[in-house]
Amino acid sequence: MNADRNFEDRLDSLRKGAKHGGAVTGRGVDISGGPIPRLPGYYGEAVVKPPVWTWEIPLYFFLGGASGMAPLIAVAALLVRQIELARGALWIMAAGALLSPVLLIMDLGRPMLFLNMLRVFKHRSPMSVGAWILSAFSSFAVPACLIFELYLRDAFAPSIATLVLILCGLLCFGAALFGLGLATYTGVLLGATAIPAWFLHRTLLPIHFGTAGLGCAAAILELLGFQTRPLFVLGMLAAIVEALLWIWLEIDKHGAADRALHRGGSGWLIRAGEILSGPLSIIFRLTNLVPLAAISFLLGALCSRFGWIAAGRVSGRDPEAVFASQR
Amino acid sequence: MIGEGIQSTNQRRHSFVEDRVEVGFFTDPTVCIGCKACEVACKEWNDVPDDGYTWTGNSYDNTGHLGASTWRHVLFVEQDQQKGKQVVGTHSLGKDGDDDPFRWIFLSDVCKHCENAGCLEACPTGSIVRTEVGSVLVQNDVCNGCGYCVVSCPFGVIDRRPEPLPDAGGAFKCTFCYDRQKSGLTPACAKVCPTESIVFGRLDDVRALARKRVETLRASGYDDAQIYDPTETSVGGIHALFLLLGEAEAYGLPPKPEIPTIYLKSSWSAAAVAALGAVLAVGAAFAFFA
Repeated sequence: MNADRNFEDRLDSLRKGAKHGGAVTGRGVDISGGPIPRLPGYYGEAVVKPPVWTWEIPLYFFLGGASGMAPLIAVAALLVRQIELARGALWIMAAGALLSPVLLIMDLGRPMLFLNMLRVFKHRSPMSVGAWILSAFSSFAVPACLIFELYLRDAFAPSIATLVLILCGLLCFGAALFGLGLATYTGVLLGATAIPAWFLHRTLLPIHFGTAGLGCAAAILELLGFQTRPLFVLGMLAAIVEALLWIWLEIDKHGAADRALHRGGSGWLIRAGEILSGPLSIIFRLTNLVPLAAISFLLGALCSRFGWIAAGRVSGRDPEAVFASQR
Repeated sequence: MIGEGIQSTNQRRHSFVEDRVEVGFFTDPTVCIGCKACEVACKEWNDVPDDGYTWTGNSYDNTGHLGASTWRHVLFVEQDQQKGKQVVGTHSLGKDGDDDPFRWIFLSDVCKHCENAGCLEACPTGSIVRTEVGSVLVQNDVCNGCGYCVVSCPFGVIDRRPEPLPDAGGAFKCTFCYDRQKSGLTPACAKVCPTESIVFGRLDDVRALARKRVETLRASGYDDAQIYDPTETSVGGIHALFLLLGEAEAYGLPPKPEIPTIYLKSSWSAAAVAALGAVLAVGAAFAFFA
């Protein structure tokens, strides 16, 4: 039998390793007093379960963040009569409002049952609150964008045009309100879990995700050609806050409990994200390379979202992280 | 109890669901023989699929951990410590005839059915509910597999199947054999346990039994015997009590489990600060720089 052959080979290699080095590597026979260093907890098995989410969720965090903060910029732009800027922001908002649910549904174990999220509202479940925020956001955002576009193309009779504009303004206001929730609730979603690397930074996460969302919305608009001073200021502010958050994360270390944020692939992904959207983006802005600053910020925000999910996976598999967080 | 025959709480029919009596498990490793009959009975009764044919190399445990397709899991803990007033003989693992103490402990792990359950609070569909007997149940036809309960369980019990089963939800865990209990039967694992290491009964009775057992064991030299029932944390106690010899960590159990909802207040406050900051930043940017 092939399998038996493999086991015999493994046993041989264990014996050889033990004889020559006094220790063997990898999985093998875990005997008390044996040659293998004992793993923490129960044979190093995970104490909590790592997240099952795949690439759709961090991408959704990124898109939801940018599109959630876009209507806020649109409302401000409308108030100062920058119609084209508002139009761009509303398109970003609508695109995100349409794509976000798709990504979320793709990740569900049973995608057909997305609507089950809307059969109850549970204020103590960030997933439930988030599902409702996203639904409300999308139902405000898509009509708002459509109506505004039709209004700009003079599709409405002059007698009702003002009324339509007021309705559109209200829809934008609603989208901006729920958009603020959409861009920040994802931080709470990760913060209120049993994963040590996440819940230890439950106050940093919503601020980080919200700031990244605002910066991304401004950056996308800048890349679309709206290189205006308010957007520059917003981009700069977001980059400064991101740089400060990076410093906060580097200072607020919890040893073994949150080492997934500082070590290995997940640690470097988060660090790369913070450097790209923080210091590097500031430098590009100071040297007047606005498109580069925008790209750098967007890349950083994307890296960081994937980094936080990856860190959750590493942290969830690490029994020592759980024990350390409870001591 | 052993010797009571069909009058034992593990064997006799009951009406706990009808009477809305809180029930519980008490799992005692000191009488467990590691036969894994509970794992098998659970799989058979609940029609749970295989959890992968992998070899862990961890003692005699190739199950590994609880998960979507493992609702009972017998742990095989090996420690270089003495078990009670155990006499260490020639079969010890000591070098050159030294009598190194060594103990081998079996414990059947299961969903804790928390008083304040992280999975239940996190579930956005209302699929996870509290039953009449105080257990926590996933309604498979409602679950849409969002996976949030997976990261919300402080004990790492519930998990999502990689591929959803036809007509069944994404997330799975121990049901406390709610279907059996509704018909007056005891859970399959308790029913089949040959040494009554798993005891099923009223939660109060089971708690009292656990306390008595710890006293007995301590009196016979098992100094590190303790009950695992985190009542002092936000979990607020569990419905599946365990007797442990030594630290909880060695069993892969969190020493101080907390329900993640306690983090909501600080996290939502931070979200509010972020939202307010965004409004102020956008307002300022367009008011002063437009």
